[in-house]
Amino acid sequence: MRNTPRIKIITLLMLSLGAIPLIADSIDEPFYTVLFSRMLILSIGAVSLNLILGFGGMVSFGHAVYLGIGSYVVGIGTFHAFEDGVEWMGNGFIHILVAIAVSALAGLIIGAISLRTHGVYFIMITLAFAQMFYFIAVGTEKYGGDDGLSLYMRSDFAGLLDLSNDNSLYYLNFAFLLASLYLSHRLTNSRFGMAIRGTKSNEERMKSIGFPVFRYRLVAFVIAGIICGIAGVLSANQTDFVNPSVMHWTRSGDLIIMIVLGGIGTLFGPVIGAVAFLLLEELLSGITEYWQLIFGPMLLLIVIFARGGIDGMLVALDRWWLRYSVKKNVEDN
Amino acid sequence: MLKVNSLVKSFGGLLATDNLSFEVEEGEIHAFIGPNGAGKTTLISQITGEIKPDSGTIEFDGKDISRIPVHLRSAYGLARSFQITNIFHDMSTWDNVALSVQAQSGHSFHFWKDARKDSILREPALVFLEQVGLEERADILAGQLSHGEHRQLEIAMALATRPKMLLLDEPMAGMGLEESKAMIEILQGLKRKLTILLIEHDMDVVFKLADKITVLVYGRGIATDAPEAIRNNPEVQAAYLGEGVVSA
Repeated sequence: MRNTPRIKIITLLMLSLGAIPLIADSIDEPFYTVLFSRMLILSIGAVSLNLILGFGGMVSFGHAVYLGIGSYVVGIGTFHAFEDGVEWMGNGFIHILVAIAVSALAGLIIGAISLRTHGVYFIMITLAFAQMFYFIAVGTEKYGGDDGLSLYMRSDFAGLLDLSNDNSLYYLNFAFLLASLYLSHRLTNSRFGMAIRGTKSNEERMKSIGFPVFRYRLVAFVIAGIICGIAGVLSANQTDFVNPSVMHWTRSGDLIIMIVLGGIGTLFGPVIGAVAFLLLEELLSGITEYWQLIFGPMLLLIVIFARGGIDGMLVALDRWWLRYSVKKNVEDN
Repeated sequence: MLKVNSLVKSFGGLLATDNLSFEVEEGEIHAFIGPNGAGKTTLISQITGEIKPDSGTIEFDGKDISRIPVHLRSAYGLARSFQITNIFHDMSTWDNVALSVQAQSGHSFHFWKDARKDSILREPALVFLEQVGLEERADILAGQLSHGEHRQLEIAMALATRPKMLLLDEPMAGMGLEESKAMIEILQGLKRKLTILLIEHDMDVVFKLADKITVLVYGRGIATDAPEAIRNNPEVQAAYLGEGVVSA
């Protein structure tokens, strides 16, 4: 298993992500740090969605709602910290804790209702909830309504971390991405993870052998929401700006596209997908304003010819490499 | 062990279970036979809770289970196999059975430890695989097993929930001669250790294994008796066995 081309490529990807700020600084293009920072944040969102969509078969079409929750926690918190001088409301640790709590509560409510349905109904209910949150944000005049809020300051990590430095923020994002990947790895291979995979594979049989599937799905749904809520906190700090569009349904769609592009139900698929998505957006939008015209057919080809996404192609590459190296060994002897 | 009282289930105008009452004693194999559409699978699905009866009660092991959800009935000791193979195709054979073991070893809110390296799940699962003769196929994707092996896996998954009673829905459906023989051996090995409700089309198998047979026609139990008596029952012969199957 060790040192196959796929593992080498994924390792290289992760190492490169770790080195981006150094490279960007050395070529004096800080823009790349910001671009890749966004990739890291959306990777975390995609990793969290992949927990329920990829491993649990729950196609939530409202996952960006948690990006919105995390973002607004920072937006509203820093607003009051700045305008009213309520200092603790600017504290980053509190932002993260509150984002976790609110995301968990939202996940619990959305999940408790939507997980009683299946298929297209589940997709529609999760979408409806996300739209509800979206319009609540649009209607909240105090915090900018449709226009949103510009952040006067970033989350304050009490001298531990200075987020006004883009590189510090980058490495905070990177650390959260690594943590979410490790968590995802542990979760999906644990008993809990096996129960979740089982409900994706065959829910009827899961019940028949004695699993109360609803409560496992609900807990998975809440965990995914929490992780994405944290990504929302990071996202607000990244853009210095919060508005309802972070939780627009097209954002939820983007997260799904990233997972499909990278590889559904694999550990690194969502990261590969998020990086590929934003890189393509960056490259193609440099060529034409209508970059989706090129991106759409590309996605179509991936879905038709490479079901496993980019990670699936790497797995195929591994298989080819294995056959080749066995053959070479035989010839050498 | 299992007591069914005046069970009724209709789909639209069609009566699938028509005021059916019967009792299965502990340790016996009670077979249900009847032509296609007699309501045999519907009966099993009502006992396991996948289908809700219109009226009537089901008692299992002294408890009324008529209104409780599927997973709790499994926890009380009821396990079923499916007529149409119903497994986790994208997992290994071993994973399939380990998941069954996991279902009945407490809650699954364990988030950290690798379940595939958990000997509490893996070792018993392997024992059940050996019991049905699938141990050499443990690491193969369940979807890639042969039809006969799927049937064996069905039994292993049911056994792995450590049931008191097995509900087997045509365990030999679509099997070749050799595979059928192996399955009969497996079932004979289970006789007396477990209470079994068996649905099976193959009359040879039914008469060989069953202690008691109920003949089901259009959801109605027209006779329940020992195999020999069923064979000689004129009403049964007229209704069902008259098609020449009885000569076997």
